[in-house]
Amino acid sequence: MPNTPERPRRIRVQRDGPLLIEGPVEIVGEDGEVTVSNRFTVAVCTCRRSRLLPWCDTSHRRRTKRGDTA
Amino acid sequence: MTVLTSRRDTRPPALPEPRGPLSALVTGALRGAPLRTPPPAPDAYGEDLQLALYVLYELHYQGFDGVPDDSEWDPELLALRAALEDRFLSALRADVPASADDTAERVLDELQLEPVGDDGGLSYFLREHGTLGHFREYAALRSLYHLKEADPHAWVIPRLRGRAKAGMVAVEFDEFGAGRADEIHAELFAALMADLGLDTSYGHYLDEAPAEALAVVNMMSLFGLHRSLRGALVGHFTAVEVTSSPASRRLAEGLRRVGAGSAAVRFYTEHVEADAVHEQVVRHEVVGGLLADEPSLDADVVFGIRATGHLEDRLADRLLAAWREGASALRTAAVVQGA
Repeated sequence: MPNTPERPRRIRVQRDGPLLIEGPVEIVGEDGEVTVSNRFTVAVCTCRRSRLLPWCDTSHRRRTKRGDTA
Repeated sequence: MTVLTSRRDTRPPALPEPRGPLSALVTGALRGAPLRTPPPAPDAYGEDLQLALYVLYELHYQGFDGVPDDSEWDPELLALRAALEDRFLSALRADVPASADDTAERVLDELQLEPVGDDGGLSYFLREHGTLGHFREYAALRSLYHLKEADPHAWVIPRLRGRAKAGMVAVEFDEFGAGRADEIHAELFAALMADLGLDTSYGHYLDEAPAEALAVVNMMSLFGLHRSLRGALVGHFTAVEVTSSPASRRLAEGLRRVGAGSAAVRFYTEHVEADAVHEQVVRHEVVGGLLADEPSLDADVVFGIRATGHLEDRLADRLLAAWREGASALRTAAVVQGA
């Protein structure tokens, strides 16, 4: 998706969920490591619980004991 | 991923063995016998009806060896299919829990709660106790869908508009490899099957699949082929995407534990990452867009979500009951046991 002045890249922010960024995306970590995703949209972890950092793996989800959902 | 060539036989599969008078009538008609008056409708979830419906739906996908392509639009077969669909849909409507204060948003919020510890489901069993033999059976049964992954959902595209359409097409584009044949999810699944020593030919394991496995795929075809069920299709697709990411992680962990190859593990690790994105796009854009345009479809979206859970639970019960007894979950155990 081109990132032009006429069509800025869209990022969706959520309180309890990943940042959704139009791809492709390069993420530079603190150690300088670059991770690339060519997906049409990428979900970047913000809760730091993901085992697939920098990407979301749904580990932000609230947890419930069985039977509590009803 | 390096080179993944299409080694699979491109011929359509053979017609399956009938499982009762209704499926015998359908396979007979597809071999050229006259279509007699169908026998009284059997159990909506039973082997005979589910196989008959599966075969009739398959005419819209890849068809069967020796069956003319234009059987797809044979008016007598379509009339029979409509009668079987009516039985199946009526059973789903009767059996799927519904409450007046359900909304798609609320039901999806519930679906996104993760249980603490083991919820007793299929992916937990496979992560903790699955053997290579269990994984081979699981993959053989799931291949009925995964070798045509995302195909049933493509039918909804012309029934959507605006945000819902754009979001749905974006997710489907990802499912279909984003322009690269070797990244098509059905191809990744074929690589998983090859890793597990299974036959990757389309439809190869149809005779092995019990009614509970057929019903899950028949539901997708039912929802996909009927514009009137577009809300249910979207609800079903959302339920799959929302539950896929954590379940895929458990399956990947189980496959690593039993020492499966990298292609087998990769199918599920790809789905952990992809479906964490897809669930967001489907919720915000597809469900959000559809219900903004057509708020009256909210109850159908809920129905699609709940019907998916209902049929997946039935399948899980069937597989777990067999595996806990040390038995095969396939109809004829010889094929993939013994690993």
